[in-house]
Amino acid sequence: MSNKTKHWEKTRGLLFVTLAIWFVFSIGIFFFGTEMEASSFRPFGYPLSYYMTCQGSLLAFVILNFWFAGRQEKIDEEFGFTEREDS
Amino acid sequence: MIKGKFIDNLPKVYGIYTGGFIGFIILMAIAEQMGMTAKAIGIAFVVFTIAIYAIIGWLSRTLQMDAYYVAGRQVPTVFNGMATAADWMSGASFVAMAGGIYFKGYGYMALLVGWTGGYILVSTLLAPYLRKFGCYTVPDFVGTRYGGNAARLSAVLVLTVASFTYVTAQINATGTIASVALDIPFKLAVYVGLASILLCSMLGGMRAVTWTQVAQYIVLIIAYLLPVFWISSKMGAGFFPHLMLGDEVARIAELEAQFGLGTIKNSAADLATVPKGLAGITKAHSSVNGTNWGFISLAICMMAGTASLPHVMMRYFTTPSVKSARRSVAWSLLFIFILYSTAPMLATLSKLSLIDPTLSTGIIGKSIADVQALDWYQNWNQANLMFVSDFNGNGTLELNEFFMGGKAVVLATPEIAGLPYVISGLVAAGGMAAAMSTADGLVLAIANALSHDLYYKIIDPKAETAKRLIVARVLLVVIGFAGATIAAMGIQGILGSVIWAFDFAMSGLFFPLVLGVWWKRANGPGAVAGMLLGLGSGTAYLIWVRNGGSGFWGITHLTFGIVGSLVSLVSMVVVSLLTKEPDRATQDMIDELRVPSGKAILGKQH
Repeated sequence: MSNKTKHWEKTRGLLFVTLAIWFVFSIGIFFFGTEMEASSFRPFGYPLSYYMTCQGSLLAFVILNFWFAGRQEKIDEEFGFTEREDS
Repeated sequence: MIKGKFIDNLPKVYGIYTGGFIGFIILMAIAEQMGMTAKAIGIAFVVFTIAIYAIIGWLSRTLQMDAYYVAGRQVPTVFNGMATAADWMSGASFVAMAGGIYFKGYGYMALLVGWTGGYILVSTLLAPYLRKFGCYTVPDFVGTRYGGNAARLSAVLVLTVASFTYVTAQINATGTIASVALDIPFKLAVYVGLASILLCSMLGGMRAVTWTQVAQYIVLIIAYLLPVFWISSKMGAGFFPHLMLGDEVARIAELEAQFGLGTIKNSAADLATVPKGLAGITKAHSSVNGTNWGFISLAICMMAGTASLPHVMMRYFTTPSVKSARRSVAWSLLFIFILYSTAPMLATLSKLSLIDPTLSTGIIGKSIADVQALDWYQNWNQANLMFVSDFNGNGTLELNEFFMGGKAVVLATPEIAGLPYVISGLVAAGGMAAAMSTADGLVLAIANALSHDLYYKIIDPKAETAKRLIVARVLLVVIGFAGATIAAMGIQGILGSVIWAFDFAMSGLFFPLVLGVWWKRANGPGAVAGMLLGLGSGTAYLIWVRNGGSGFWGITHLTFGIVGSLVSLVSMVVVSLLTKEPDRATQDMIDELRVPSGKAILGKQH
């Protein structure tokens, strides 16, 4: 297996992990709108459903995006595909 | 001034600019105390900020191809994130979104999730790869990856339909603000808005748009946050509203029950007297008020649409490297998050100051005559954005007797909450910045696609640089005027048009772009089928539902992108598999595209 193929397999793996987390926060939890609203867990006093859609999921995306960028950079480095800084 | 040195000095330049802007706000506040009229303050804010953008636009003028199309590919990561955030947050985000949440509650909060979650798709599936590709425009990628003019032309078509729908909404927003702030008729104000948009982009293309967008982000974020923090403290709700409005949200639910929300209904005859475009508070503020699927389908469309809208994607062509393109997406999302997490807080504070009878600003339960005598009521009523009427004839204002235009929520809140007029002027400038920055990006995306992909790549491949840049600028003006003319007709509201634009983009471009990177077997005929059938079926569904069609799967005119993109995916896969696989050269190109290092696939000048 060539270097490029291995690099691509790892990249694809990271994609699936990232998209799985993304799916949970963007789609998955909102199948349970009424259940979340009834939950006794109320972050900062907001109903959970309201909190997730106005802050919780959004914050998860921000963190996920930075985490993803860092992981992908590591993968690129591991296989020697990092760009030269002057390019 | 702009080359090299300017890039190194960016933090200093924008630091001074931010300080200057804050100084200007303080100056206006002092002027207000000394008796400057509200109207003069509004005009000063709008004119001052637009003048600054115009100066930046002029300083960034260029005659170079890669500066005009991709800002010379030297925009640093964080600044590109800021520019993208301004490019992204439009009049819909700034002016209309909080209003949508205000009136529709939880159901419309799917927009918050959709318009941020989409950035995960942008950074994982597309942006870094398209940056590596080295294209000038999105159709440039499609045309080269799939080969042939048919694919390029189809991409130009989808891009134009989606972006044009979007841009009319932005010009509508600039027109609304200009007409309120400058006190001129809406039909004239849209052209004032257009002129300011063109000032920023015409001479310097992407380079000018980049540096004005950074400036616009700073204005719009200050303008959005300041009143929210202020109202929150003033009301005693807490100095950091995002974490402290739990009680206020609960209080609104309590008041809703007390005022009979959902049980007292207006008769059709009464509603007929309400001016067109205004809405009453009819939905619960925080509780889940729709189906789960309604929420999720809207979020899906906004996410896929985000990843397919060319004016966003092309912002990531301007970074120095693939790595910085990826980082830049994360920064953009952070900058966007700052505003989006504030929007529901704004809606909450705005609604509570209006409806809570225990607050001095509350108007529900007051006599109709008193409300009609309020200064701010008269202003906004005159602008056709606010209306009260004594339906039940008891002389006091009930919750169901108050109506407001969605776009007035953000713009009118400072006045309703009793803040000094300088804040209203600031908010007007912020709304203008948001709408202008997006309109700039969109008009440029359309004009660049037409000038680069249609004119240069298809019609006249031998055209010289000077001629290409003239064509690009002429197209910019023509498209701007066409957009302003349609905006002046006022066919669809701001939020509605913007949501449609996302659906159009998703229908035609999402799968052709994603599969272009992630599926080697995807070929030209498949992509053309995917783009045309996707756009066609999505549009057909929209027309059907808008003309009384019943629809299926609970898909409405706001989520028709689901139909379009599914048709696009299926037709693209089927046609690709039925036709020849891409040739060796194309497959190698895709391998090259997938790694960050090495030369860009398209040269620096092409």
